[in-house]
Amino acid sequence: MLFAGIDIGSTAAKAVLMSEDKREIVARNLMPSGWNSRETAERLLSWLMSLGYSRDDIRIIATGYGRVSVPYADSTLTEITCHGKGAAFLGGDDLTVIDIGGQDTKVIIIKNSRVIDFVMNDKCSAGTGKFLEVMANRMGLTLPEFFALAEHGKDIKISSMCTVFAESEIVSLMGLGTPREDIACGAVGSVVSKVATLVSKKASSGKYYLTGGFCESPLLIRKLSETLGSEVFTTPDARFAGAIGAALLGK
Amino acid sequence: MADYHAMWESLGMDVKTHDLLCEALPGAFGDVYLSQENRPEGMDYFNMVVAEIHGIRPAELVEHKKNGGKVVGTFCIHVPDEIPIAAGAIATGLCSGSQFWVPGGEKKLPAATCPLIKASLGARFDRTCPFFRLADLFVGETTCDGKKKAWEILAEDAPMYIMDIPQMKRPKDYEHWEDEIHGYLKRCEELTGNKVTPANLRAAIKLLNNKRKALQRLAEFRKLDNIPISGKDVLLITQIAFYDDPARITAQINKLCDELDERAKNNVSVFKKGAKRILLTGTPLSIPNWKLHHLIETLGGAVVCEEMCTGIRYYEKCVDESGSTIDEMIKHLTERYMGAIHCACFTPNFERIDDIKRLAKEYKADGVIDVNLKFCNIYDTEGYFVERELNNAGIPVLGIETDYTDQDAEQLKTRIGAFIEMLGN
Repeated sequence: MLFAGIDIGSTAAKAVLMSEDKREIVARNLMPSGWNSRETAERLLSWLMSLGYSRDDIRIIATGYGRVSVPYADSTLTEITCHGKGAAFLGGDDLTVIDIGGQDTKVIIIKNSRVIDFVMNDKCSAGTGKFLEVMANRMGLTLPEFFALAEHGKDIKISSMCTVFAESEIVSLMGLGTPREDIACGAVGSVVSKVATLVSKKASSGKYYLTGGFCESPLLIRKLSETLGSEVFTTPDARFAGAIGAALLGK
Repeated sequence: MADYHAMWESLGMDVKTHDLLCEALPGAFGDVYLSQENRPEGMDYFNMVVAEIHGIRPAELVEHKKNGGKVVGTFCIHVPDEIPIAAGAIATGLCSGSQFWVPGGEKKLPAATCPLIKASLGARFDRTCPFFRLADLFVGETTCDGKKKAWEILAEDAPMYIMDIPQMKRPKDYEHWEDEIHGYLKRCEELTGNKVTPANLRAAIKLLNNKRKALQRLAEFRKLDNIPISGKDVLLITQIAFYDDPARITAQINKLCDELDERAKNNVSVFKKGAKRILLTGTPLSIPNWKLHHLIETLGGAVVCEEMCTGIRYYEKCVDESGSTIDEMIKHLTERYMGAIHCACFTPNFERIDDIKRLAKEYKADGVIDVNLKFCNIYDTEGYFVERELNNAGIPVLGIETDYTDQDAEQLKTRIGAFIEMLGN
């Protein structure tokens, strides 16, 4: 029996297949969640089946915002439990996991590889991936282009916490002729400061560990480390943390 | 359901708008309540009362008023119902728990006001709640700034009487509240034209103590390993206790408890084995606010206790019945209504933290969910101590903020679901 985790987030859908002993990741897949979670879930199932196993060989656990749209899953778990488990697999037994997702950000405290506490952002997209996506869109950039620009920017202050207000603030900054790289850099700083506030609400455990789509954004990781005053660890596989955790929790 | 339109018309209600509420309620009640499996039969009475929430009881109040009786509406469990009852009036709770009334309240109040206050004003100004038409006196209190100022606006349309609740619990504050209750007694006498006698007041104290004892008896079943009644059913009963006839609901609760005694003997549980036991603490859940209980209990949790105004704070302690003079009885009412209720409006309020820890133990809670109605500054701020002290005591705690809408249902599902998963691992 193999174990698969399907993590349908608000922005990206992730799937991993893990070996029978749950020690290694056999295969991984990442795709945009699109507008129809159910269709995305079906595409991930087709991919799993294309790996040469039959459905009966695999135990499938779904998680994430779209977990209810995975009709073929054997069970579902919340993304908090899964991210915690997955992060512990990748980063160690005691961690303060910082997951910056497409529509929410969470801090999960892990001790002895167990979730002991967590906090999520409120009903607001400040401090989430959505914030940067909106700002990049406003500047006519893709997220990778946006980060590439931001690397060369000066840290200016974006004072609006609200995504909608920050968007109009950025329009004004562009109107004033502020360099785009500075605006991009400032937007990343805004997310980092909001995330750091969330982190400060809980007593941390072990090292900081970043999961989610920004695990390959050196600027964000550097800024977050600076603000928290301690190194933030991550790995390219950290975007799969939810899916890995789901697979690990399969019985 | 019987047709109450003529009564609603005669009460000056906006019947057309009110019909929208009447249409929505059965669906919501069916989804949350009637879908439960293995409910005690004794819930039938409470189902009926809710099905005709704006019919049966308002009709009784209309009848009472026809005979010259008065109705006193209240918004806070610090205000002793014994007083209007002793003066021959009917006391009814007025706190509103539906989003239906919120936009009406927002016409007059800042958006950053808690939904309970907004809904209460909306219910009056939009003329869509019979209880808000029937009350001859609206008793407000100064428990928070939101309420205090809202009463001034409500007073433009409704006959208000304001009681000044102290913010500390020093001896002189008890004296002050005692004095306020004396004033309330006088006001109720004026309203009804009846003199409050020691015999009447003693009878009112007994009457409401009996209601408290029945609610306590009901709560005891929630301490069992096999809980014979759901948390949301107990919440419903508590909510109804705020406005139903006290003697009748006492009898109905006791009847239900007799049935639960049988269930307890046979170890009947309405929850799946291993359901995580949750203690709720925080701001009140007024009828028909069943959102959190419904989420928790559909996600594999069991609500075992509410350290809330719509919970333990309402019924846990009884009033000392030994008083013989009015003055003595008012002293005892003061001790109960100020001393035994630990609202975040007091500073400091560490007794509440002690209560939460004690209740978590008594009800064998696996975890605590600290609920804050959006924009309730005092409970939100006190959440700092709640979380810290529970952490120190090794009791898992989840803080959530919500309102009367359903727009955060998915996010709450994730938070509460994750919390319950965390308790299970």
